Amino acid sequence: MKKVFSVMLVAALAVSTLTGCSGNGKGGTVNTDGSTSMADVMGALTEAFKEKEPNITVNYSGTGSGSGISGVLDGTCDIGLSSRELKQEEMDQGAVAHVVALDGVAVVVNPQNAVSDLTTEQIADIFTGKITNWSELGGSDAPIAVYGREDGSGTRSAFEEIVGVEGACVYTNEYGSTGDVIGNVASNENAIGYASLSAVDSSVTAVKVNGVTPGEATVKDGSYTIQRPFVMVTKEGVKLSEAAQAFLDFASGEEAAEYITAAGAVYPN
Amino acid sequence: MQVLFTLCGLIAVGFVLLITIYLVISGIPAIRKIGLFRFLFGKTWAAGQNQYGILPLILTSLYGTAGAIVIGVPIGFFTAVFLAKVAPRKVANVIRPAVSLLAGIPSVVYGLVGMCVLVPALRNWLHLPAGDSLLAAIIVLAVMILPSIISLSETALEAVPREYEEASLALGATKLETYFRVSAPAAKSGIAAAVVLGIGRAIGEAMAIMMVAGNVANMPALTRSVRFLTTGISIELNYSQDGSLQRQALFSIGLVLFFFIMLINAFLNLVLKREKED
Repeated sequence: MKKVFSVMLVAALAVSTLTGCSGNGKGGTVNTDGSTSMADVMGALTEAFKEKEPNITVNYSGTGSGSGISGVLDGTCDIGLSSRELKQEEMDQGAVAHVVALDGVAVVVNPQNAVSDLTTEQIADIFTGKITNWSELGGSDAPIAVYGREDGSGTRSAFEEIVGVEGACVYTNEYGSTGDVIGNVASNENAIGYASLSAVDSSVTAVKVNGVTPGEATVKDGSYTIQRPFVMVTKEGVKLSEAAQAFLDFASGEEAAEYITAAGAVYPN
Repeated sequence: MQVLFTLCGLIAVGFVLLITIYLVISGIPAIRKIGLFRFLFGKTWAAGQNQYGILPLILTSLYGTAGAIVIGVPIGFFTAVFLAKVAPRKVANVIRPAVSLLAGIPSVVYGLVGMCVLVPALRNWLHLPAGDSLLAAIIVLAVMILPSIISLSETALEAVPREYEEASLALGATKLETYFRVSAPAAKSGIAAAVVLGIGRAIGEAMAIMMVAGNVANMPALTRSVRFLTTGISIELNYSQDGSLQRQALFSIGLVLFFFIMLINAFLNLVLKREKED
């Protein structure tokens, strides 16, 4: 009796491992290439996808949005990754965008600061050093301390790109992490800084931009303008491998929402 | 037994060799791509615009260290004279442990106190937008190098033979004249070693000054945010792409820093050697 039972157990285990390993029977490698800002989102997605489809390996190399898009157009990778919308000429060449996430950047000031509503132009002027005193914006007569991130940070490149101040920013201080920026804005009444929307807490005030309060809802409906899409790019007329299609479906499906949120981005749908 | 000791000695040498070789191998490619002159004397560091000039970082490290020495050495030297010669034993027994405690405080704690006390104070006194500046870094560094300057100078002063001082006093010199005209010159190589060690500590410090210096790669100015060689590496390392020119350039900064430390060490050895010959 005991023997029969153990045989059955072994058989059951064998069957369960078989089904566990094979997933839906898909296997293969997906090569993705592009935006460095998407590293966190891609990390979360590939990790979650690995659990679902253990036989599919997803490779990610961060080379920048531009080379990711040209990579997929040239056929050197399966899926291109772009942290900006596609340009017309890229779409003319057959690039197709699948928006998987939205990335909002909040502009934060100290809670003591009377200024709580800025236009995009004012923000650009502050960060390029044209406006240097809070009184010019209706605040108290105090110099503005412009806080930002170090070169190479995804938040920095996103902010500068969207506000249109790429490489033109005059920072008072630079910090190595989002937490440092928020902590230092919280402790300096003169400070203004930026941080990924998901990292903003009650120790700082996220200013309204053009009158719109930043938040998941306003990022989703597009009314909050300091945001950018995270796009997976494919080429029209080129059939994706089964593995690549599975990954794309996973990334743009509802299942991915929690991982995208966990990685600090906003789920678009 | 001898084999074991030799082995231990070789391990230390091995690590030095390993680090040296690694730094040279990983530091050279970026210098080659950028060009040695443009790398060392370029005035702009902006990885986003592909500009990798570390002159602001080098100057900041030099000015910051010099500033710390200018403030720290007089205070440290006078404290050492006080401890070795002037202070009553009871007072010295309170100050000495305090100094060694200062040496044991982790640098991140110096940085934290600097960030929470010094930086806001400078902001209010000097009406700056933010208090993070070269000045704040210099003050923190000056405090950090005090313990090594004090204890080394004190040891050197105490090693001066009593007869020298007694002879000076017997000739009618006052006590103060004796300390500064007889004891200090007799201990000068030990004091010089203390200063060099202080320089070494100041130029290699990263954590504490990263928290108070502001970290923008400006040309150094006392009240402006600055970036040191050390902090230049640590602040950008996290987000630089593996294998990118930015990452390679950070290793090149490490190589430059290593070169500075080697110079200081060689100088220290020279000073100590001269002391032995005296």
